[in-house]
Amino acid sequence: MYVAVKGGEAAISNAHGLLADERRGDRALPELSVEQIAQQLGHAVDRVMTEGSLYDRELAALAIKQAQGDLVEAVFLLRAYRTTLPRFGASEPIDTAAMAVERRVSATYKDLPGGQVLGPTYDYTHRLLDFDLLDTDRAVPAPHESEEEQQPMARVADILGQEGLLEPAEEAEADAPVADVTREPMRYPAGRDARLQALARGDEGFLLALGYSTQRGYGGTHPFAGEIRMGTVSVEMVPEELGFAIEIGEIAITECDMVNQFGGDAQRPPQFTRGYGLSFGRAERKAMAMALVDRALRADELGEETVFPAQDQEFVLYHADNVEASGFVQHLKLPHYVDFQSELELVRRLRREHAEARGGDDTGPGQQEAAE
Amino acid sequence: MNATAKHRPGDPAYNFGYLDEQTKRMIRRGLLKAVAIPGYQVPFASREMPLPYGWGTGGIQVTASIIGPNDRLKVIDQGADDTTNAVSIRRFFHRVTEVETTEETADATLIQTRHRIPERDLTENQILVYQVPIPEPLRQLEPRESECRKIHAWQEYGVMHVGLYEDIARWGHIARTYDYPVMVGGRYLTAPSPIPKFDNPKMTKMAALQLFGAGREKRLYAIPPYTDVKSLDFEDHPFEVQRWEEACGLCGASESFLDEVILDDHGGHMYVCSDSDFCRHRRDEGHRGAMAGHDVVRVLTEQNP
Repeated sequence: MYVAVKGGEAAISNAHGLLADERRGDRALPELSVEQIAQQLGHAVDRVMTEGSLYDRELAALAIKQAQGDLVEAVFLLRAYRTTLPRFGASEPIDTAAMAVERRVSATYKDLPGGQVLGPTYDYTHRLLDFDLLDTDRAVPAPHESEEEQQPMARVADILGQEGLLEPAEEAEADAPVADVTREPMRYPAGRDARLQALARGDEGFLLALGYSTQRGYGGTHPFAGEIRMGTVSVEMVPEELGFAIEIGEIAITECDMVNQFGGDAQRPPQFTRGYGLSFGRAERKAMAMALVDRALRADELGEETVFPAQDQEFVLYHADNVEASGFVQHLKLPHYVDFQSELELVRRLRREHAEARGGDDTGPGQQEAAE
Repeated sequence: MNATAKHRPGDPAYNFGYLDEQTKRMIRRGLLKAVAIPGYQVPFASREMPLPYGWGTGGIQVTASIIGPNDRLKVIDQGADDTTNAVSIRRFFHRVTEVETTEETADATLIQTRHRIPERDLTENQILVYQVPIPEPLRQLEPRESECRKIHAWQEYGVMHVGLYEDIARWGHIARTYDYPVMVGGRYLTAPSPIPKFDNPKMTKMAALQLFGAGREKRLYAIPPYTDVKSLDFEDHPFEVQRWEEACGLCGASESFLDEVILDDHGGHMYVCSDSDFCRHRRDEGHRGAMAGHDVVRVLTEQNP
């Protein structure tokens, strides 16, 4: 029975009890540990860290456990924790050319220094359910380790840059302030730093669909995956009291450099343009989609027509955040009795007037009352 | 049916060629229609495949519905048999059909390709199956499918000519280097799939049947043997293909499509034939390129285990 309104306190507490019970599931099965999630559901953890903007595998795993695997809810939990943390500075830019690479592929060159390194990827698996995984006692052999030492791997963007074939990356001044979309409201047109931050936090599904739309003619940018690399980089920071950079930790990231449609004009020779994507961990689909959308959002600065959704800053950036979107879509569950009552009153009055104007013939065809 | 199923080659968990016979029949009907109307995009009920969309699901469905136990299959990506995606698709067909696979262009009865047409002339006994990401040649000019269908029906291809003209106005050249639009049989504007325009001239009057499958976009189309295929151009800007100033570093070929390979961090590079079978045959015949003997050549010419 649906019991409306007041006295919701008991209802809420019962709902929490049911949730905890459902989360735990069958008590005869061992409870899932946060370590198991962090280890064995690594891609979920990576996604939650990326969209939650917080690099902490344990907390992300905890959020996933608490949210019963609802990743958008987990992102929400992690964000709500992150917002309470003090901000004590900005790191130095990470150097992805110095990455300890686990995976590196280029779609633009058959071979290049350091080679193509597939690493752990689903790419060339056939998507046939592996029923062996039903068995939880299987021994998994250790992977084949390459004995060769990793060669230095120049970034493809830098190789293309040497010949001037790719536009140079924007150089920020060392002391220029870094935008922080979590501390300042977005202003439009937004700078690329703020845009990239918003995209990095943006919903993977939304960016995926937008990026895909650019491939299907809704704002085409002719992308080539110049390079995708995944691995660990060190994070450095300059504490004010020291005045020099110290390493504060390592993070695993995925970086995607898209090489796009060339531009150029009377002043500048033709050269390819860039789209950039970056995510924590192994969120490769996210990094690629982000790179496509980043490039699409540069339409304005590159003098292209902006007519498609993916090129529209306000459309993309206002709607990419899944915590905002999820909250507002689901707020429709909240009581709207008052507003609806006001609408009811108006529609009833209009119907009366409509009937009177038609000379007392109250409901004609197609005038059936909506379900009440 | 059961009696034959007992001895049927391929993974016992799946039908020969992975797709069920009903699906194969549906696709073959679509292909017959496609052959009857050269260059016309036939909608078909594309299936979910165990490889990702955009990775060849259309080509795989076409191959799966026409392959027989006596076929010899060759799969190439970027012209080469050893490219990861080609290896993956070849393995898939080996698993579900156990047909013989080959890297020899001349020996294959069925060649599935992504982004290239082999350098060697194909014959009447061969079928070339293209993997197609975007079957609609007008897509970058008109994103709406409903509009594109009308443009094809009315044969109102002015928008494409204007697009090419705009390139000339801006760059002095038609700035399309791959997926260069063609007219098939004088009627349908058709996407050759993103093969380099270098390969376009091979499409016209080709002896082999050319079949195109676009899985995600759910379209089939075909170019029957000996059909006229014309790359769009203008009288004063005739169609032309790519040329390189260097030859293949491995076999010295100067008439093949070349891939660039980066050798070091300082801009060093070499070119190699994109068609690995063509290059190997030339080397076997004693042709030597400028880089023969270099370390990188060993890596590039290593045979697949």
